[in-house]
Amino acid sequence: METRSPHDPQAAATWTHDFGSPSGAGRAGAWAAVGAPALVLGASYVGFGAFVHQSGLTFFQAVASTTTGWALPGQIALIEIFAAGGSLLAAAIAVGLANARLMPMVVTLLPILREGETAPNPRLVHYLSAHFIALTGWAISMQRCPDMTPGQRLPYFLGFTLVIWCATLFCTALGFFLVGVLPPTVTLGLVILNPLYFMLLFTIDIVRRDRRWALLIGVVLGPLLHMITPEWGLLITGLGGGTLAFLITQYDRRRQLGRGK
Amino acid sequence: MTTISAWWFLLVGGLVTYGWRAAGVALSGRIDPNSALMRWVACVAYALLAGLIARLIVAPQGALGETALWMRLSSAGVALIVYFIFRRSIVLGVTAGALWLIAVTTLVGA
Repeated sequence: METRSPHDPQAAATWTHDFGSPSGAGRAGAWAAVGAPALVLGASYVGFGAFVHQSGLTFFQAVASTTTGWALPGQIALIEIFAAGGSLLAAAIAVGLANARLMPMVVTLLPILREGETAPNPRLVHYLSAHFIALTGWAISMQRCPDMTPGQRLPYFLGFTLVIWCATLFCTALGFFLVGVLPPTVTLGLVILNPLYFMLLFTIDIVRRDRRWALLIGVVLGPLLHMITPEWGLLITGLGGGTLAFLITQYDRRRQLGRGK
Repeated sequence: MTTISAWWFLLVGGLVTYGWRAAGVALSGRIDPNSALMRWVACVAYALLAGLIARLIVAPQGALGETALWMRLSSAGVALIVYFIFRRSIVLGVTAGALWLIAVTTLVGA
């Protein structure tokens, strides 16, 4: 599987992963997704499916959310605001802010996937592939694709993300279905999976200087502003708290640079 | 009524989400993902998500909102403790927190 291309001396020098062909790379990506990535994300989406059911939406709405709006934080924000009786505008802005990070993620990953291409402008296939850029597939591809032969990276990425996307669709349906079957207390356990998961995920990020303030300010402001204005509380938390955190972080950076570090 | 408006929410949510991805494709190679603007965008997203998670634990909707606050807070506490004891294992932390909530709601009643 990791044979080097005999035709391209540069490949032998820099790219350590070659799958023989684009379809071989696609299969390798698909296999890499089976197991831990699909399982961990799958559990989250079982929790999401249960959450959607609990929020009073239908089965097809649960599956539609994962099909079209694939990026869990934005999906949770959307359903939560709908269930809390927020307006469509508030939901649109909250999803926009929660998922804004997808844009710089695509900006960083796409040049890696397109390396070796001669056409300067992105084509339809890139616009379609972008739908599958979400946290797990992005992190794995950022890590592994730079070592792969160009031309096999996009197939690898698609193989990987299509498997986890299908797994999340199945698990959304499963979670939704389980709510009617499992005892109510077990359902509560499913619904709290995602808040706990993201809480622990963010606990890791607290040590990162560039995210610490945003997380701490958000945790405090979120529930506080909810009591004052349930409809706009999250947006003010994001825009106001995020901007405050950004300013503190910038000040921090400058002080560090000033010290000659 | 409720069903129709939920579909509108999903449609708008899907369009907004894909909009960012398409913008990323169009802008790739033209903007610096580490610029100050992008760092501000990341700060806003993280603050909003941290607020959302805190709100989902402190003031959730639906059946979870009918449980006592101490149950949800202790569930988060158990998740954190297990996470740190077992060498930062997210899987074990989440599992323990969820099982704790199931146990207390079963024993005490939600």
